[in-house]
Formats: sequence, C-alpha cells, structure tokens
Amino acid sequence: MTTLMTRPDAVGAPQGGAPAPARAGTGRGMVVFWVAAVALPLAFLSVFFAWPVIALVARGFVTDGSLDLSGFADVFSRPRTWRIVGQTLAQASVATVLAVAFGVPGAYVLYRRRWRGRAVVRAIVTVPFVLPTVVVGVAFRSLLVSGGPLGFLHLDGTFWAIVAALVFFDYAVVVRGVGGMWERLDPRASQAARALGASPWRAFRTVTLPALVPAIASSASLVFLFCATAFGTVLILGGLQFGTIETEIWVQTTQFLDLRAAAVLSVVQLVIVACALTLAGRARSRRERALALASASDAVRPLTLRRPAGSPRRDGHGLALAAAGVTAAVVVLLCLPLVNLVVRSLRVGDGWGPDHYAALGSPSSGVPVSVWTALATSLRTALVATVLALVVGGLVALVVSRRPRRALGRRAVAGLDAVFMLPLGVSAVTVGFGFLISMHDPFGLDVDLRTSGVLVPIAQAVVAVPLVVRTVLPVLRAIDPSLRSAASTLGASPGRVLRTVDLPLAARSAGLAIGFAFAASLGEFGATSFLARPTDPTLPVLIFKLIGRPGADSYGMALAASVILAALTAAIVATCERLRTPTTGGDW
Amino acid sequence: MPRRQLLITTAGLAAAALALTACSSGDDDTASPSGTPTAGKDVTLVTHDSFALSDGILDDFTKKTGITVKVVQPGDAGTLVNQLVLTKDAPLGDATFGIDNTFASRATDEGVVVPYTSQAPAAADAAKHGGGDGLTAIDYGDVCINVDHAWFKKRNLTEPVTLDDLTKPAYKDLLVVPNAVTSSPGFAFLLATIGAKGEDGWQDYWTALKKNGLKVADGWSDAYYTDFSGGGGGGPRPLVLSYASSPPETVPEGGGDATTGALLGTCFRQTEYAGVLVGAKNPVGAQELIDFLLSDEVQADIPGSMYMYPVSTSVQIPDEWTKWAPLSPHPFDVPSDDITAHRSEWLADWSATVIG
Repeated sequence: MTTLMTRPDAVGAPQGGAPAPARAGTGRGMVVFWVAAVALPLAFLSVFFAWPVIALVARGFVTDGSLDLSGFADVFSRPRTWRIVGQTLAQASVATVLAVAFGVPGAYVLYRRRWRGRAVVRAIVTVPFVLPTVVVGVAFRSLLVSGGPLGFLHLDGTFWAIVAALVFFDYAVVVRGVGGMWERLDPRASQAARALGASPWRAFRTVTLPALVPAIASSASLVFLFCATAFGTVLILGGLQFGTIETEIWVQTTQFLDLRAAAVLSVVQLVIVACALTLAGRARSRRERALALASASDAVRPLTLRRPAGSPRRDGHGLALAAAGVTAAVVVLLCLPLVNLVVRSLRVGDGWGPDHYAALGSPSSGVPVSVWTALATSLRTALVATVLALVVGGLVALVVSRRPRRALGRRAVAGLDAVFMLPLGVSAVTVGFGFLISMHDPFGLDVDLRTSGVLVPIAQAVVAVPLVVRTVLPVLRAIDPSLRSAASTLGASPGRVLRTVDLPLAARSAGLAIGFAFAASLGEFGATSFLARPTDPTLPVLIFKLIGRPGADSYGMALAASVILAALTAAIVATCERLRTPTTGGDW
Repeated sequence: MPRRQLLITTAGLAAAALALTACSSGDDDTASPSGTPTAGKDVTLVTHDSFALSDGILDDFTKKTGITVKVVQPGDAGTLVNQLVLTKDAPLGDATFGIDNTFASRATDEGVVVPYTSQAPAAADAAKHGGGDGLTAIDYGDVCINVDHAWFKKRNLTEPVTLDDLTKPAYKDLLVVPNAVTSSPGFAFLLATIGAKGEDGWQDYWTALKKNGLKVADGWSDAYYTDFSGGGGGGPRPLVLSYASSPPETVPEGGGDATTGALLGTCFRQTEYAGVLVGAKNPVGAQELIDFLLSDEVQADIPGSMYMYPVSTSVQIPDEWTKWAPLSPHPFDVPSDDITAHRSEWLADWSATVIG
C-alpha cells in the first residue's frame, strides 16, 4: 500500500505552495511547544558545546586581560599552517567523494533491494563506524605494513592509506543516510519515466538522483565533517607529515599548551566547516522538496542475479548488477581489516584458540575492571546519550523541517540547522579542554561536573545530535505539505497534525536514528578521551588501556575486546533496524 | 488536550534523560574547607591513563584511613600536566600522580603543586630521585631500544649495542620508534639522544638514523605491536623503542628465556612523581595518599601493575625482573629545567629533521 498519494505536480512545487504548518499553529499551546522546541536544544548546545569552546578559544586570544589577535599573523606566516590546511581539505574532500561514489550504489543494494543476508551486511558496514581508532590503526596497519597481507601495495604511511581508512569509517554514513531516503522513494515516478521511453540510466539520472540529492548532500556534509576532524586515524596511519588542522590543534593543546596557536587553528577549522555546511545546505535546499514517499515494503524489490523470467531487456537489471558488484567489492574491502582483527584476536602464542576471549571475564593486572563491566558501562552511557540525542535532535529536526513563509524565518531555520552540525566540525580537543575550564561550578552550582562522569554521555550526545537530525530531517522535509493542510482542513488541530502526520513518518526513521546515535555514542573517543574520566571506563577506553600495555596477552585481549565491541554494535544496529517495521498506514 | 500531552511527554523525556545522567554524580558531599587539619572523607587522584594498581589496594587505603579514593584520568602524561596547568584555579582533584621528569619543571614552574615532604619510611629513597619541594618520586624506569633476540639469532646477525650501532648499514630498515611529538616514550628517546650527543649533535644523529631506514610510528602500541617483530603482533622490524621492563612480558608461556631484551646503552631514565595540588579541597587526604603510594604495599605492586621500578629499596623486585628487566647502569640524562626551556624548540627541530 502506498501511504501517500503520488503527486507528480508536487515535485515541481517546492516551498510555500501550501499553508505553512508553523503559521497555522496559532493555539497558545502550540506557541509554547515551538518555543520550547527551539529553546531546549539551543540551551543544551549553548551550555555543553558553545560555552566550553568559546571559553577555551578566548583563553588563546586574551593575554594579560586584553585582546591579542597577533596569533593570526604569527600562525599564518608559518608555511606549515598552509600545508596543514591544504592537507585537511585534500584528505577530507577525496575521502568524501569516494565515500559518496561507493555509498550511493551501496544504499541502493542495501536499502532498495531485498535479498537474503541483507540485514547482516547492513550491520557489518556499520561496524567500522564505532571501532576505536587505535584498534582500526592496528587492523589497518598490520594489513598494510611491509610483510603484511597487503604489504605489496606499499600503502603504509601514505596519503591513500589515510583516505582508505577515512572511507572505511564513513562509508556507512552515506549508505545509511541515502538508503533511509531511497527505500521510501515512490518507485512510480521513475516507472513513469521508463514507460515514457527513458532508459534505466536516464530514469535514474533525471528522476531518482535529483530526488536523492538532499540525502546525498546531507550525508556528504557529515562525512566531510567526520573526515576533517579525524585525528586518531590520521596520526596512526599517516603520522604528522600528513597532519591536519585537527591533529595540529591536538599537538598544540595537549603537547605544547600553546593555546594561542590552537585558538587560531580552531577559528580556521570553524571557517572551513562553515563553508562546507553552507555549500551542502545550498545543494540541499535547491533540491529539497516534497517527495512522494512510499512504504518501504512497496518500493523495495528483490535482488536477483538472474534477470527475472519474462522481464524485457533494458529493464535496469544491468545497473542493479553493477551496483551489486561495486557494493560486494566494497564490503569485501571493509571486511579485510575486520577479519584481520578477528584472526589476530584468536592468535595465542604460536597457535590458535579462544584464550583471549576467556580472559575477558577477569580484571587483569593494570585494568581496573573486566571487559564485561566496561561493556555494561558503555551500554549504560550510550543509552543515556541516545535518549538525550533523540530528544534534542528530534526537536531540532522538527523545527528545521518547517518552512516558514517569511524569508527571515527561513533563514533562522537554516541557521539552526547549521548550528547543530557544528559539534561534528569542531575539534574534540577544544571541546574536551573547554569542558575543563568551564564546568567546575556551572551556573554557580556547587558541583564539579568535570570529574563526576556526567559529562561523558553529554559529550557523546552532543556528537550524536547531528546524526539524529540528519537522519530524521530528510524524511520530515519530504512530507507533502498538502498532507498536513488536508489534515487541518479536515479539522485537526495543529498539535494533532504533528501527532498524526509528522510523528508517525518521523518515527519510521527513528530506528535508523537510534541505531546511528547509539553506535556513535558507543564508539565516541574524541571528547570523551579528554574528559577527566572516573575509574569506571567505557569499553573503548578500556581497549585503549589494554593496548597501551606490553605483553602478547594484553594485546590479544584488546583485540578480543574490540571484536566484542564490533559484534555488539552490529547486533544493536540490526535490532534497531527491526524497530523500523512500517507502522500501519491506518493513521490517515 | 493532545498537544499538552506531547509537550509533557517531551519535557518528561528530557527530564528523565537529565535525571539519568545526574544520578551517577551526587557524591560530592565531602569538601571540608581547605586549611582544616583533618582529612575529608574523599580524595580525588588526578593521574594519567597508565595508572593502575592491583584490585583491592585502594580499598585497603580506605580501610586504614577512612578516606575513599576517586581516580580521574584525563589522558597521557602530557595531557595530564597541561590540564593541571589549565585548571590551576579550579583543580580537578586533590593529589596528582604521573608527572614525569620531562614535565616536572613545567608543573612546578606553573605552580600546580604545593610543597609537601612525605614522612613515609620510603621518603628517603624517594628523595634520591629529585622532584624538589613539590613533587615526591614514586617510581622510575628506563626507556630503551628493545631487540628481538630470535630475529637476530635466526639470521646469525650480531645485535646492536650502542646508539651509534643503530646508524650502521648492517641494521638498515630495522628500527621503529614512536613519534617524539605525539608519544611520551618517543620524546624520552629524543632526550636520550640529546643527552648522548649534546644539544648540537643530536640532529646529525637523527639524520643518520633516518638515512638508515628509521621508521616513525605514531604511538608506543603502534610501534610495539604493529611494526616490531617481537611484540606479539608479528611486524617486520626487530628493533623498537620501548621500556627496559618490557622483556619479561615476552617470556614464553611455560618458561624459558625472554625472547626480547633491552639495549642498556640506549636508555633514558624516566621518574614519575606525585604531588598535592594547589587549591585541593582535601590537602591532608592528598598527603596521606602520597604517603600510601610510598608504602610497601603499593611499592611492591608497582612493577606488576605499571611496569616501573619502585623507588623504595625495601620491597622485593619480582624475580623475572631481576632476570629480564635490569636497569641501565648509565642512562642518559637531561636536566628537567633544560627540557622545559627547550621542549618546543627541540620537538620542532626533530619534526623538521625526521618528519620533514
């Protein structure tokens, strides 16, 4: 059953054709609701992101109580700065382009087509996203190092090793972001194009692809931000000769305590991120419009290797096979480091065995808790972070999905959208160190938030919010405004429209958003690693501790614990996907 | 009433989330005003990522003194010191452990610790390791080049002995060290070469190392497990920068000789200190904790938990340490003040010379 009426004419009528629902909300309750929906997330972001960052950056620009901007001239006169800016842009752009090029066919195969084992592969591609960078470093470098299985490629310590790792991390972002949209795209528009004589490729290029542009731009901007702020990956795989703005901020802050240089670089990073977001926003809004959405069960077709009996040539089967081929190749490449990890975790001395897994239950010397305890801590923290991220991110997505009539309103909405992306684009070091100098007695309260552990899930939530927004928003934005106006015309109050139109549709992407947010929180090791963490470490932190100790046993346990983390992530992601079983369309 | 319901649900969710995050805190009940002569009930130890003691040891401290220890670990040794400097006005805790001699003078110059002289029996031993008024030495160890004996035996090659040997053609492409900028043992090795070759000679030495196929990895674990052949990861290089205390970990299961060893002519001596933080809420508790770190119980646990030698001469060193992890008789040394004065300059030079 198609849940929305296909309205080909709506495709040509973007904003403003129908009464803007926000304007329709004249009831007092609605006003309160919208004010709260804007204020709550903004307050959250201001306190737990903007304030710490500003506090730290301000330290770099204030010398003896007066403003000192000479740092800019100083930092920009170093040739090294320009090299670093160039490297940041080059790495992030190349990795983003590759992630999109591989990710779009992946989204098609994994979300638009149905086949045996699809759920497993979907879960597998998400795993890299949460692995601690130090583990990915081991998994990657031991493949690439001379004498390793892929040593003959001579990629170790090169630009391409870094790019490969960045794509490895972020492939899932594109697949999930684009796939979530694609599986709901009503197939009839492209079927109509085909019926009118367009080739499958032409139908894809002129009908499907334009409809996907907002989702692609959304994912690409996420990937760019992740790549531009990756630091563990860059350091381990390339070292400082491939340093980026992020690694330089890290070096200046944690090693040299040169806050002036770090502040200048933070501003540079912010400018680059703002430019990237503006570009992506443009690409998105030009294409973003109401789309005919269908329930996934209608739009998704089975994938077969053989042309289905009775279907004509030129039915797009070749395209589907090509996409499947690309995706299969990418999945195999993704699996190489993962398999390498599993194999190494089973290596015991000169033989093989599950010994390292058996050792996980007992706290070994040097680590405060067992891996299972750390796992429980991780899950608890990630759960809190996910709830926070869903509430804040859900509200932001709801507000940003409105299309106010007035230009000012539209600009405000776009601004809000961009502001909530910033946490992904600002250095984790800056946020982490910012927490230190701003959270000792917040609001004059006599609590030291820095050492209480409360900041850990909050820091994770700040990073997960943009993921929730980017996942839910394309779906909300694609809701046909006429559906909302039809509901109001039929006498539904604005609140009821929200509840019966927006919410059910958004809820379907909630599974994806929850999975994403949870995965991001589980694996978060940026800001978390600079927080003064109390003794109950999360699993990534414990793995980091284990791998920092000598001895084949510590190493083996670190790898085994990573495999557990990966398996757990895959299981959680797969479960969240199941949450998305389409609700019945009976709401309307 | 539907919209109100939605509002209430949202608000409720947000409140629940905040409550959930908040419930893990709420143990900040002590805070005896500073200056009072008695110790508060809690003491917070700010330390680096590698701090570890065997299970139950900190509980013994609580049993003896009634003080609960809370441990916070903000990062590696460098991050630790820089965070302490940044939070001087509102310290993260009461006591700190893990400031080493490469950072000691930054910490004392910036005034993050207050003077304290421990009265513990081992304090006299600790005093031999420097640290001045503010810092009390707790443990020490050597950062040295480690060698994979098996690799050299298999090829019938003589192992290198000195720093100069490492630049010989016979050992081309065999050495991996962690980056001096991003890793503290990496920096320690840079200091070893500065101690050996002088402030004007070390650059040429590193140029020679680089010519001889030196590999620079990001961190210690990266070098030891991925590039080193003897660390269990099966990498290609038989020479790695690690600690003098790493070899005992390579004794095969079921006994036998350690498969790796340290080159004792290539070492830098690292000493780790503890101190009472300026502005501590519980300075007396912090002092008691430092005394406890010097007690036989903790000192005897340090080799197994933190891979360092205890400063106390009255505790037993594990047998396999006497056998496989001897200290260097003549480690290289650079005064702490010089390190603080030249750290940035040396690291910039090192980057330019080695990384390019």
